[in-house]
Formats: sequence, C-alpha cells, structure tokens
Amino acid sequence: MKKFLNFIKGAYLGIVVLFMYLPIAIMIFMSFTESRSAMRWQGFSFGAYRKLFSAEVGIADPLITTLVVAVVSSLLATLIGTVTAIGLHSMKKRPRSIVESITQLPMVNPDLVTGVSMMLLFAFIGLRPQLGLLRLIIAHVTFNIPYVIFSVMPKLRQSSDTLYEAAMDLGCTPIQALTKVVIPDIMPGIVSGLILAFTLSLDDFTISYFVGGTKTNLSMLLFSKTAKGGVGTEFCALSALMFLVVGILLLIVNIRSIRQEKEAAEQKKKVMRKA
Amino acid sequence: MKRVRLSYPYIFVWMPIFIVAPMLFVLYYATFRNGSFTLDYVKQVFTTSNYLPALWTSIWIALVTTAVCLILGYPVAYILSTMKKRTAALVSLLFIMPMWMNMLLRTFAWKIVLDKGGVFASITEFLTGQPSQILYTPAAVLIATIYDFLPFMILPLYTTLMKMDKSHVEAARDLGATGVQTFTKVILPLSVPGIISGITMVFVPAMSTFAVSRMLGGGKVKMIGEVIERKIMEQNDPAIGSTLSILLIILVLISMAIMNKVDKENSSTGGTLW
Repeated sequence: MKKFLNFIKGAYLGIVVLFMYLPIAIMIFMSFTESRSAMRWQGFSFGAYRKLFSAEVGIADPLITTLVVAVVSSLLATLIGTVTAIGLHSMKKRPRSIVESITQLPMVNPDLVTGVSMMLLFAFIGLRPQLGLLRLIIAHVTFNIPYVIFSVMPKLRQSSDTLYEAAMDLGCTPIQALTKVVIPDIMPGIVSGLILAFTLSLDDFTISYFVGGTKTNLSMLLFSKTAKGGVGTEFCALSALMFLVVGILLLIVNIRSIRQEKEAAEQKKKVMRKA
Repeated sequence: MKRVRLSYPYIFVWMPIFIVAPMLFVLYYATFRNGSFTLDYVKQVFTTSNYLPALWTSIWIALVTTAVCLILGYPVAYILSTMKKRTAALVSLLFIMPMWMNMLLRTFAWKIVLDKGGVFASITEFLTGQPSQILYTPAAVLIATIYDFLPFMILPLYTTLMKMDKSHVEAARDLGATGVQTFTKVILPLSVPGIISGITMVFVPAMSTFAVSRMLGGGKVKMIGEVIERKIMEQNDPAIGSTLSILLIILVLISMAIMNKVDKENSSTGGTLW
C-alpha cells in the first residue's frame, strides 16, 4: 500500500514536471530543425543558429543592449541597495517599516503599471526615447534595488552588531569597520542580490518594453518578431540560448543558497554542542 | 558618522523620484486634463463599451488560472513537503526555477506547441483523427497563464507546508482522525497563509498580463493589460491608459485586502481551535 502511494506521488510530480518542461524542450528541439518554420521537423541542422547571428536578424545591437543594461544596472543596484540596507538596519523601527513598504512597491505592483508609470515619468523629465539605454538602466536599477535590499537585510540581521562595535573599539574608523568587518560578514547576501539583479535584468520584458524607447533588448526583439503570425526557427534558437544562460545562473544562485543554509545549520549545531 | 545616513541618498533621492513620483504621474494623467481636475476619464472607462468587457475577460481568466494552479499546485507542494529535506530541496528547484525564467519565452514555447501543424495538432490528430486548433482562443491563453504562473503557486505553498509543525499532524492521527480528517481539519487550515500568498502571486500577474494575450490570443482575446498597452504604445493616449492602470491597481489592492481578511479570520478561528 505504502509503495503504491509513493508511486502515485512520484508519478504526479513527474507529470507536473513534464508539463512544466515539455514545451521548453519542444522549443529547444525545434531550434535544431532544418525547416524554416518552427512547426515541422525536417532533419537536423544548426541553420537556425547560423541565421540567428546573421545580419538579417540584427541580433547584435539588442544583445549588447541587454548585456550592458544587465551589468550596469545590477552593479549599480547592488551598490545602492547594499549601502541603503546597512543604513536602514540601524534605523528606528517605525520609519524603517515605512521605507520598506514603499520599497516593496515595484515588487507588488504589476510590471505593466511599473512600466507605464516610469514611461510617464521619463516623458515628464524630458528623458527622450532616443536616450533608451539610460532609460532602461534607470528602470532596471529601480526594480532591482528592492531585491538587493531584501537579500542583504536578513544577513545584516544575522550578523551581530557587536562585531562593528568591537572593530571600532580596536581602533577602526567607522568606514574601516564597515569595509573590513560588516561588508565581509554580509558578503553572501550581497553576492546573491547581485546575481539575482543580473538575472532579473537579463530576463525583463514588460518594464523594458515600456521604457526602452528606441533601444531594443533581446526580449523586446523576440516579442516584436513572434507576437503575430508564424515563427521562424531562429527565434527558437534565441529562446534556447536565453534559457540556457538564465537557467545556469539561477541554478548557481539556488544551489549557493541551499549550501549556505546547510552550512548555517551545521554551524548552529556546533555552537549548540559546545554550549 | 551615523550609519543611518547611508540610506539617505536612496530614501530622499532615488525612492521619491523613481518609485513614488511615477505612481503620482499615473494618478495625475488619470484625473487631470490641461491642469484641471476631471473625472471624465473615469466616466469614459465605465460608460464606453470598450473597456469593461476586457476587464471581465481578465478577471475570469485570472480566476480560472488561480483555481487551476491551486488544484494542480497544492498536491505538488504537499508531496514535496513530505519528502526528506535534502531531496526536497533539490526536487523543489525543478518547480521553482521556471518562476524566475522569462515569461515571454515560456509563452512563446506554447505558441510553438499550439500552432498550426505543431505538436498539439499532431497529438489531437492522432487521438481523434482531426487536428484541433486552439491557438488564438481563450483556451490557449488559459493554458499559457496556468503554465506561466504555476510555480508562483507552488513556492509559497511549499514553504508554508514545509515549515508546518508536523507534530500537529501526528497528534491528530494519535487522537483517531482519519487521513482525510487530518487533512481537512489540520493540514489545510494551517496552510491557509501559503494558499493566500499563492493566490495573490498568481491572480495579480495573470490579470495584468498583455504579452500572453497578444501572443496566444492573437487580438481575439482582449484583456485589460493589452488594452492599456495599446492605449499607451500605439494610440498615444496616456489618459485612458493611466485610468485603466489605476483601476488595475485598485483591483490588486482589493484582492489583497480580501486575502488579508480571510487570513485574519482564519487565524482567529484557528486560535479558538486549540
């Protein structure tokens, strides 16, 4: 009976995993077909990938835009987010919770509304659509900062304030105490935030679509070419590559966090045993 | 130097300009014309026949999506929560990873599956003798929204069920409850917070999507997100677009308020339970 139940459980999980990954697998499979349309399989070929990088598709500029925006916005968001989190940590509870709830706004709001609202702001302050790159970077920094803040804050809570005070007692200046003691202590949170911000930026479509102006990133290119009508295999190839890159990044982040939790649990056990 | 000051640049510059001000602009465009206050746009939204049907479509698609995700996702989360911790951590990755993946790509994958001559048509042709074509129908949009948002339901459910004190379940069994009773009287009530955050995480994005309805609805399934997008990007009409955005935000707030209320009521009855 128990064996049967376990089988049912496993089978159910299997079916849902299949549902979640089969469409992606089909898409990746189709990126290797020789036919021009993504619907019919006609022998194996790398043609779609060759076409993807040909001048006809014009992938170079969106690719560069995506990478530049992801690198710059994730670094900026990590810098601003970390510094802000350190400040917020030593703030009184009432004002802190107000700042935290406003910071959550971009996470709670539908992306569509965030995109529309930033577009209206840019129009008002005269950041023209021709300045697409700058608009994209500002928007991405804005939606990335909350994720950095909320991955650094828990680490700050875990680390003890006495470390900072001890560093000062031992003759550190406040800045030295921060850079030599506090920051190394919360480094795992900062790195997770950075990778998360980078991934989110790489992946964003909705907000970029509204603020991008004349600049196009990879998601926008994909949308403009696939929203209507038949779809060429080169976009299967593009999707396959994007999946691969983002998937690997996410795997790194998640395995890191699992390992950290495990280490933290072991550390706790050791401390308990000593006590 | 006080450490608090480190947060000032963000609190006094970035946050007001890039988080608060944009929202005020949406409000401004929705309620002002040529610098004077007006409710015309609000009236227009509720009296013109263009907007309300799209809103209803969005609401029912979001409701069905949420219900199906809950029914499909709960067993997954429950099974994961009964597994050994180390195995569960790895297996759950399979279900959580898609959550962070580009929704556009995942929707696009369904377009390939559902399109004329695609895998879906071949399967239905094999089964019934006739290829069935569901691309550009509400069914296609629904499949994609369920697919896109299922991970957002599974994750909060899984977290809640995993953190649940298993001794409650053992106590119920020791006191003679059957498996079904244990589930309906103990496990289900204790997992309400997870259900609630799952519902919010699915309902809100499902209601406001525009990429899914554009790609798989092909203009035949009109949802509110797509109307907003058209108004703003194609017709250059930020007034109506903003008004509809505000409406969307209000709907989000209402659904969150309902969820909070359910949560509170549940925890108060939960309190008397023990």
